[in-house]
Amino acid sequence: MLEKALRGNREYAALAAALLFIVALGFHYYLKQLEYGLGLTGLSQDVSWGLYIAQFTFLVGVAASAVMLVLPYYLHDFKAFGKITVLGEFLAVASVIMCILFIFVDLGQPRRVMNLLLYPSPSSILFWDMVVLNGYLAINLVTGWAVLTADRKGAPPPPWVKPLIYLSIPWAISIHTVTAFIYAGLPGRGFWLTAIMAPRFLASAFASGPALLILLCLILKRFGAFDAGEKAISALAKIVTYALATTIFFVLAELFTAFYSRMPEHMHHFEYLFVGLEGQTLVAGAMAIATVLTFLALGLLISPKTRKNEFTLAIACGATFIALWIEKGLGLVVTGFVPSPLGKVAAYGPTWPEIAITLGIWALGFLVIAGLYKIFLAVRSQE
Amino acid sequence: MPLNRREILKIAGCLGLGLACPPMIYELAAKTKRPGDVPASALTAGSWGMAIDIAKCRNRCPDCITACHEEHNVPSFLDSRHQIRWIGSEPFGAVFPGQDHRMLPESLKSLSVPVFCNHCDNPPCVRVCPTGATFKRPDGITMMDYHRCIGCRFCMAGCPYGSRSMNWREPGPAVKKINPNYPLRAAGVVEKCNFCEERLAQGKLPACVAACPQKAMTVGDLADERSEIRRLLSGGLALRRRGELGTGPQVYYLWRG
Repeated sequence: MLEKALRGNREYAALAAALLFIVALGFHYYLKQLEYGLGLTGLSQDVSWGLYIAQFTFLVGVAASAVMLVLPYYLHDFKAFGKITVLGEFLAVASVIMCILFIFVDLGQPRRVMNLLLYPSPSSILFWDMVVLNGYLAINLVTGWAVLTADRKGAPPPPWVKPLIYLSIPWAISIHTVTAFIYAGLPGRGFWLTAIMAPRFLASAFASGPALLILLCLILKRFGAFDAGEKAISALAKIVTYALATTIFFVLAELFTAFYSRMPEHMHHFEYLFVGLEGQTLVAGAMAIATVLTFLALGLLISPKTRKNEFTLAIACGATFIALWIEKGLGLVVTGFVPSPLGKVAAYGPTWPEIAITLGIWALGFLVIAGLYKIFLAVRSQE
Repeated sequence: MPLNRREILKIAGCLGLGLACPPMIYELAAKTKRPGDVPASALTAGSWGMAIDIAKCRNRCPDCITACHEEHNVPSFLDSRHQIRWIGSEPFGAVFPGQDHRMLPESLKSLSVPVFCNHCDNPPCVRVCPTGATFKRPDGITMMDYHRCIGCRFCMAGCPYGSRSMNWREPGPAVKKINPNYPLRAAGVVEKCNFCEERLAQGKLPACVAACPQKAMTVGDLADERSEIRRLLSGGLALRRRGELGTGPQVYYLWRG
């Protein structure tokens, strides 16, 4: 089936070429980073994780959201999702690949990455994250592929697929929970030290992932001659609505705890996140945009009229995705480091090489999505 | 002849194995070269700790920092983002945020205090390290294996004291005078104060302690009731950095002013 990804019309070839170009650009800068060290990025002794780790954190959410298709379809027999569960699984595959790459480019000594396996350390959450991410990648790749292969032959999926799909449901929850635990268990990082971190991660994941999936379905409808069906799209839109509302509620709950308790080590981080401290307002500026987009999206999603209109739905999903990307893909990670344990408000801004490497990995992820979705369309159109 | 799928998979598998093998061989080779026995003249302890009488610290005195950084080939970069610190000097209020208030005597308000790794009893950096590159010795020293560190910097996020530094780039060129008795690090690994374990093994006091002109720093065995450090600690109140976090820092700050 793999060969189907290599054949396509002119638009498909142009898309693949453009993405490959960005991948090559990113790779070029990665080679430079390998030579010079991570000093090529905007990271510092105070803000020691930045854009890369933030992308990883955000994309784990996108990956986990496949469960929002799998669960209704396989546990509740919600037939409308039958056509697109494979799309969700393939989106998860691409997202996990990006996650792993973002961790990899963030390593100071990538040549020693095998040390993770040579010296397994169960006390480290990063060890468990490696286990659950690789497991999730395998599960989704195998189930998605098996279902599609069966489809092509016009036969039902082999019986061993079902238990694997059931396993994928708690597994999806686990990848985002474990990722939240990377942050939520560190003493002395007041911004992250909150039990609501994992629930918050999951809520925002179930908004951003399905939002992206709706956008991809709308693109496939327009350019790929594949209609996911109105019922599936509207169910997904409702999921995004509830998940986005829950995310906003969780953030407000965090704000209450920080500002009513007035504990400096919790409060200062939120001040940095929303208004900036000591003239450092890059993150706060981005968060202002995210806040506007969040409420715009919520408004468009709550009203049934705009939720059912494809055009306004697309705007709402785009706004949701960008807003949550800013919140997770920038705000959450950097803010944990500012102010530093010694009260320093360090500056952080990604450098051009850092941005190029980031875009390169995103482009590679979209290339994987494009290829897998191409295979999906080719198989489906044969019928 | 075109390759079929099975053959392509075989070749890919071999390539993957080839890429994975060299690092494994390096690691196995490194394992055979662990340091041997400690000489009889070495300074040993059941549980190392340090006490610093900050009243004796002369403000902005750089001696302990200079001695430590020269001893351990710590590079000095112009870009403060990349500056590596084994010891730093920070205002009293930043080091002990819980003790900072308006009525603090001027002598403390303006005081700079030496800060470094606390060699915690319950170190978060050791807990979070995914490869065991940061580990706890039985004598209480929190150590790093620079050859095992993958540079993920989880320990830097985990340390609530900011005591760890990353080599964001090649440190060698930024070391003014290389001390041949201590290894240079590679770019991409984290490092920190090692309690001068290499000097203790030779029977010497840590570089900072030896360099302090005021004799403000005392190292000793916290497990030994008759040690000098135990005598100092029993003489009055000692502060520890962020003791409420449960990390159990083993560096004590005395105020006998």
